[in-house]
This record gives sequence, C-alpha cells and structure tokens, in this order.
Amino acid sequence: MTSLYEEIPTAPAADVPTRRVTITVNGEKRTLDIEPRLLLAHLIRQGLQLTGTHVGCDTTGCGACTVLLNGRPAKSCTVLAVQADGREVTTVEGLASAQQLDPIQEGFKEEHGLQCGFCTPGMMLAAKALLERNPNPTEDDVRWALSGNICRCTGYQNIVKAVLWAAETMREES
Amino acid sequence: MALDELKIGGMGASRRRVEDNRFIRGKGNYVDDIVLPGMLHMEILRSPVAHARIKSIDTTAAWEVPGVRLVMTGETLAARNLAWMPTLSYDTQAVMATDKVRFQGQEVAAVIADDPYIAKDALSRIVVEYEQLPAIVNPEQAASPEAPLVRDDKVNQDSNKIFDWEIGDKESTDRAFAEADVVSTIDLHYPRSHPSPLETCGSIADYDRATGKLTVYMTTQAPHIIRAAVAMVAELPEHMIRIVSPDLGGGFGNKVPVYPGYVIAILASILTEHPVKWVEDRSSNLISTGFGRDVYLQGQLALRKDGKILGMRMHTISDHGAFYADAQPTKFKIGLMHSTFAAYDVPAAHLTSEGWYTNKAPGGVAYRCSFRVTEAMFFQERMMHAAANDLGMDQAEFRRINLVKDDQFPYRTAFGFLTDSGQYGKCLDIALDAIGYANFKEEQEEARKRGKLLGIGISTMTEPLGAGNSREYDIIGIKMFDSAELRVHMTGKAILRTGAKTQGQGHETTWAQIVAHELGIPAEDIVVEEGDTDTAPFGMGTYASRSTPVAGAAVAMVARKIRAKARKIAAHLLEVSEEDIEWELGRFYVRGNQERGVTIQDCALAAYSNVPDGLEPGLENNAYYDPPNLTWPFAAYVCKVEVDPETGVWDVLKFVAVDDCGVRINPMIVEGQIMGGLTEAYAMASMQYITFDEEGNCIGSNFMDYLLPTAWETPGYELHEVVTPCPHHPIGAKGIGECATVGGPAAFVNAVMNAIEHTGVRNVDMPLMPNRVYEAVQTGRDVSGAPPVKGD
Repeated sequence: MTSLYEEIPTAPAADVPTRRVTITVNGEKRTLDIEPRLLLAHLIRQGLQLTGTHVGCDTTGCGACTVLLNGRPAKSCTVLAVQADGREVTTVEGLASAQQLDPIQEGFKEEHGLQCGFCTPGMMLAAKALLERNPNPTEDDVRWALSGNICRCTGYQNIVKAVLWAAETMREES
Repeated sequence: MALDELKIGGMGASRRRVEDNRFIRGKGNYVDDIVLPGMLHMEILRSPVAHARIKSIDTTAAWEVPGVRLVMTGETLAARNLAWMPTLSYDTQAVMATDKVRFQGQEVAAVIADDPYIAKDALSRIVVEYEQLPAIVNPEQAASPEAPLVRDDKVNQDSNKIFDWEIGDKESTDRAFAEADVVSTIDLHYPRSHPSPLETCGSIADYDRATGKLTVYMTTQAPHIIRAAVAMVAELPEHMIRIVSPDLGGGFGNKVPVYPGYVIAILASILTEHPVKWVEDRSSNLISTGFGRDVYLQGQLALRKDGKILGMRMHTISDHGAFYADAQPTKFKIGLMHSTFAAYDVPAAHLTSEGWYTNKAPGGVAYRCSFRVTEAMFFQERMMHAAANDLGMDQAEFRRINLVKDDQFPYRTAFGFLTDSGQYGKCLDIALDAIGYANFKEEQEEARKRGKLLGIGISTMTEPLGAGNSREYDIIGIKMFDSAELRVHMTGKAILRTGAKTQGQGHETTWAQIVAHELGIPAEDIVVEEGDTDTAPFGMGTYASRSTPVAGAAVAMVARKIRAKARKIAAHLLEVSEEDIEWELGRFYVRGNQERGVTIQDCALAAYSNVPDGLEPGLENNAYYDPPNLTWPFAAYVCKVEVDPETGVWDVLKFVAVDDCGVRINPMIVEGQIMGGLTEAYAMASMQYITFDEEGNCIGSNFMDYLLPTAWETPGYELHEVVTPCPHHPIGAKGIGECATVGGPAAFVNAVMNAIEHTGVRNVDMPLMPNRVYEAVQTGRDVSGAPPVKGD
C-alpha cells in the first residue's frame, strides 16, 4: 500500500519513499508497503478499513484513537505506522470473538456507558489494559486509568460503572 | 390480557440502547468512515492572522504537487457567486475570503487531492501575502470610535454594532426600582466556550452529473434545514439534493450551522466530478466553527426588605465574531435570553441587548442549550445569590419566597412566556435534604478550623425547551414543527422515521418505546431511522432539547393515527361496530367480552390481507406536530465544595441534582443526559474557555490549551427525580438534554463564592481556575473578565 486509498493511485510517485512493515492486527499478520510518515491511526482506519478506531484531536489529547500496542494502550494518532513494525495491534474490532462480546463491551451497554459512541472504542481499550493488569480496580483506579480519554457525552460516571461491571463479571468467570 | 408495558420496552423502561450494539463493536458509521469509489480529499488553508487584507495568493506550486486535482481560492467561488453565503441570522458570511480575512482560521484556499497527505503537502505550498490590520477582540474595542470597521463589505454598515434589541416593560420596571428597599447589582462575563463534540465537522459531497443529483454525507444535526440552505446557496433544485447525516460523534449545537467547508466541498465535487471528502482537524474545529456564549451580563434586582423581588433589569453585550451567524429563532436577536427569571414571580422586567462584530470566529450557537438560555439562567442564579447576600437572607429561603408556586400555573412571565407546570418548592426541598443543608453551617465552621473553606451553591431554574410553537418560532422563515412517519408491516413489525437527528441521545431506542406505549408493539420490533432527507419526513432537527418535546410528540401522534385505523380493522375482524371496540395495550376487544379480541399484529396482517370494504389497505401514516407551547422542565442543583485557600484549588464534595422533566420515557437515558450535562457545566465553571490575545490569536486551538475535564477531575453526581407531566405534550414529557448544562454552572460558581465571600469577594468570573480563586481569596477583590493574555 502506498497511498491511503488503494483505489486511486496504483503506484506511488517516483520520489515517494516507502518502507515495508509487518504488523499483526487483531491476530492477523499484515505485510504492507507504506510511506514512513503514515500515522498508525490512518493505516488502521483507511489502509485496513478498521474504522472503529476514531480520530478526535490529532494531538494525543482525547484518546479516541487508543489501540493496544503489544497490549499497552497507545494513541495511534501520534504513532507512526512504521513504529508498529513487528508488533501486535489490537483495535476495537479485535475485542469480541465471533461468538461472544468482551465483558467490557457488555458492561458499556449494560451500564449506559456510551452515548454518541465516538470515544467508546478508545475507552474500552484503555479499560481492557487496566483490567489485564488489575482485575479488581477501585473507582479511583478506573478514573485514573481512563484519564487520557475524553468523553463529551456521559460525564464518565456510567463509564466507570461499566468498567467495574466488567471487572466483576470477569472475576466471576475466572 | 393487556401486555406488561415494561416487558415490551415501553414507556418507563430503562431499555438498553439499540444503537450500542454497533458502537461497542466499532461498527458505527460516522462521516469519516464512509468511503465512496473515486473519492478525493479536501484540505482547507486557513488564515493565520485575525484581520488582514489579502494582497495576493499564489497557488502555482500547489498545482504542481503530484496527485493534486484542484486548487480553489476565493476567486474560484466568487466567479460562481459563491464567495458569500447567508447565515441563520440574516447576515452574510464569507465562504472563502476574497478581499480580507476577518478572523484567525478563516477559509482562504482549498486543495483537492488523491489523499489527505498530498492535499496537506500542497496546502503548504500556497503563498498568501497579507497586509495585517488591527484586530478587534472584544465589544469594548469594537465600540471605540477609532475601531476599524470589521464589516466594510456591507453597504450601510458604519459601525461594528450588529443590533440593539429590547424586550419587556421599561416603565413598570423603573417604577419597581423606585419603590425598592434594596437594589442588588451584578456584572458578569460568560466566557467564550466551544461545544467540541469528539467528532469534528465534515462532509462528503457527491455530485452525479449523469443524474444531476447531489448527495452530501454531513455531520449535521438538522439535515432538512441544510437541504433548504444548499438549495438557496448553490441554486440547485431541492429534489436533487440529498443530505445524509449518518452517526454523529456528538453535536451539542456545533453541528447546526452551515459551514464554509461544506459549501466548498460541494463546489469541488461539481468541478472535479468526483466525491470529495472534507473532515476538519481539531484545530480547525476549535478556531473556525460555532462557539457558544461570549457575552457580558449586567443586571439589577429591585427588592423589598422581606425578600420579595419587585423587578429585574438586565443588559447584555454580546460578541458575535466577524459574522452574525447565531443559530436562533428569527424574532429574537439574542436568543431566548428573556427566559431569565422564568422560575420566579417577578412582576416587572426589562432586557436590553447589544451585539457587536469582532475579529473572532463566528457562531453564537446554542451550545447544549435552547438559544442563549444558559447565559440567561447563569445570570439569574448568580443574581439571586448576590441578592440574597445583599438582603442578608438565607439562599434557600430567598428562593422559596420568590419561586412560582404550584397553584400559580399557568403563569405568565414578565417577558411573556407561559410556564405551565411544576413543583419547584418540592424539588428544592429534596435537593436541600439530600445535601444536608440543615447542618451545613456547623460543617462549614468545623472545616474553617481545619483551614479549609466549605461552600454551598444552589441553582434553581426552569427553562424553555422544545421550540416551536410555529407562531413564534422559526429559523430563516421555516416554522419550528417536527414530524414522524410510521409504517407497520404485515407481520406487525414496523419502521419509524422522524425529522429529528440523534447524535447520542438514543432516539433509536426511545422513539420505539413511545410506539410500544401507544400500540403495544414490542420496542424490539420497531426500527428507527433518521437523518436521510430522501427518506425522513421534513423536520427541523435536533438541538434546543426539542426532540422529545416536538418529534417525540409527533411519534405519539402518528402511532395514535395508526391505532385509529387498526381499530376499524379490528371491528371488521371481530364483526362488531367500531363503537363497541375497547383498547388495552396491544389489543382490541369487544366491550363486555374481554376474551374476544384481536392483537395489533392481527390488525397489521389484516391491513394487507383482509381489509373491510371502503377502507384503503396498508397500515402507515405520518404526523406533523406543532407544539402549542414550549415545555418547561425544572431543576434544583445543589453543590458543596471545599476550597483550599492556600492554592485556590476547589473540590466538589457532593453534587445533588433534582430534575423534573415530566414523564420519563427511558429513565436510564434521562439520567445519562443529566450526568453528561452536569459535566459540561462543571467544565465551563472550572476550566473550559477560549480566549484571544491582543492580536486576535485564538488561545484554545487544541485540547492542550482548551481543557476538557476527564474522568479524573469530574465529580460524581447524586440524582433525584420529581415528575410533573407536561400538560400539553401527548405523553407528558418535557425536554431534558440541556437542563444540567444550563442550570449547572451557577451551582458550582455559587458554591465557590459561598466558600470565599467572607473575604469580601462578590464575583469571580468563569472559569474558576485555581489561580483566579487564589487571587480572589488573597486580595478579597473580584476577578472579572476572560483570563487576559498578553501578546509578545
């Protein structure tokens, strides 16, 4: 892939540099030729057409673009795609299996943890990383873990409840 | 047997949201997610300066970038008579600058290319030569006789004043002040704020030369108004314009206006014969699209010694930026500012307003409120707070004396609004009880011994939500009603479409609940669609908390039309006359013989298979609803804070919200709206503001300068409800989406003031950042106006 939209230019202009990267996205290994300046968020959204990852601010300020990079939350709007070379990326599309939603997804629906839905994928991935390292968080733990993610609709109270709901469900399941 | 309404997801059920199923999977469909074949990308070059004459624009180098398809400037638009467009307040606004730039961030040129990276590369190669002019950044400067004229493009505009406007009765108000024992005064600034939905604005324009049809996917809260506006501006026939508003990542008023980017993208699509996508970055969104507030609020109350309010005077000075582009009903120049004090029994009132042009971004949108009512209620509750102090009265007692009593409804306010229902005193009592008001004085004393300052702040208000009626309310002449269309299929499933447009409020869930309530069709059997002007009935869209008051009423009314037709079919099926048919939820039966009946689903099937003679087949209808009045929800918000006098940092110890929005369709969603609104109130009270330096540079052009609260800062809320049904709404509901944003800020500010006013401070203007609070506590003096920023 040389451009963001494969259907338009079939080859890069002569002087556009490209670099080959291999990135595992939601468990699937992808090898791509990309411009070194391409941002990870754009590779995910336009290149791989996984549009669940949103871009809200372009400056690491809002967290809508949060994905997991080798299991840790990263704001993909300020990560170059080449920096993900050889790594694993998890997006919202990788949260649920074909049969089952992740308890975090269920929690957000159950506790009305979303309204417009734009911040939700980033919120859920930040929460996922929290629960992996701390399966029994306090309310303050949750608020701190999500403090890099902005929501303009909910006022956070139900998001916090959603994450605590998921934590409890996961503890019961394990 | 009648159905159990809660089990079928009817009214009152905290039904989990239908739309969540796609959002939690990352399968929403926002504008930027849409990809059309052959789609090109547009980026806009914006002015780096606030006020300048454009001496030249050189686009040669931009054209030479491989992958660039088109470069546009003001000349490109002017040649097609599109350089200027009308605003929603009957002014004009530049689509792209031709002569001058009038605010930082104004559109100067655009590049259309194969991908956004190429377009941005090309933008950097456009050379614009500016001759900088002095910038006006507030109304005081605008009023100076030496001030440069912001709108020298307008014939007959010889000053920077946009309007003088007044409402109310000056004479009787003057008399009230002459008779007053005490006159209380307050002088406030409500700083400029930006709604900042997490999704920025954008569109994809797709003009098809073969059919002549223009389709625009657009982040808009009001697709039908946009269709009308595009028809006017672009002179395209209305039936050849299709506006599609897909999933919206929030709106809060920011997505009501027509922005230049939309118009430029449309022309770009016509010229390139390709779909053209334009999506703002965050800086563009913050510096160029509709802001809220930016108004100075000055007022006085005439008071009797015993606490009775005799009269109210108010003067507003508003800063509208370079173009008067407020989205508001035509009759009112400063929105519904005159709804101030609607909750109180005030015999006489007079409001004067002046509006000014400055070299700042235009907008004046209703940021999560019904046309300037946020400013109106903030003024009201800060004024009430100051007046109670001036009288030496208890804050709650002073409000109790003056709140409109339950037996006074319907009540005509001094400015002419008709409030129709409420239990104001009860709401206040519940809130005071929940916060522990009775023991607060002791608590405050005890805290002082620890060196901490406790404060309690009350905000009680009713606000006008859900415009129309259409006699009084229109936008650019289009009357403010709304609509719904319901089609019941033969298996008893249904599709409902309305003229509103959800942007997170959950219409797909709640509209189905209204239909379930009216027809007994389970909510899960009803799909709801909005936002496509080719399929949705005409409506004025979603803002001003008008969806439930207007479109929601239309949903109930269309369902009732369906039920009336189903009744005829039921009579036919049961072989009795229609007069002998009774209705219970989901079912018609024969009077006196409840066993003998048919379900609504039976009637639906018969509508397509067994229709009585003389009745047309099918089971579908539409309804246009013109509300007889606004709806008047009431809220009592009480906040308790602790201020650290050594740092000026304040923490919310407890926040109690008692909301009466009439009948609640989905209590879970109502509470979600209240908590979200309170957080925006907290944001404005504590940190969220946009200011400008002396040269007109916007300070607040990204999320590092423009602070939004996160989960860490945001307090928790305790919610209570009171239900006083709206007397004129078909299901008794009132608006709720904006109450908390409107009434909330004063609760926070009053609480902080209460904590520090023993130092002699009367007012600290928002945002109450620690340094401002610290300054006030240390000096005992007011801290007023927007935080000043000095240029280098």
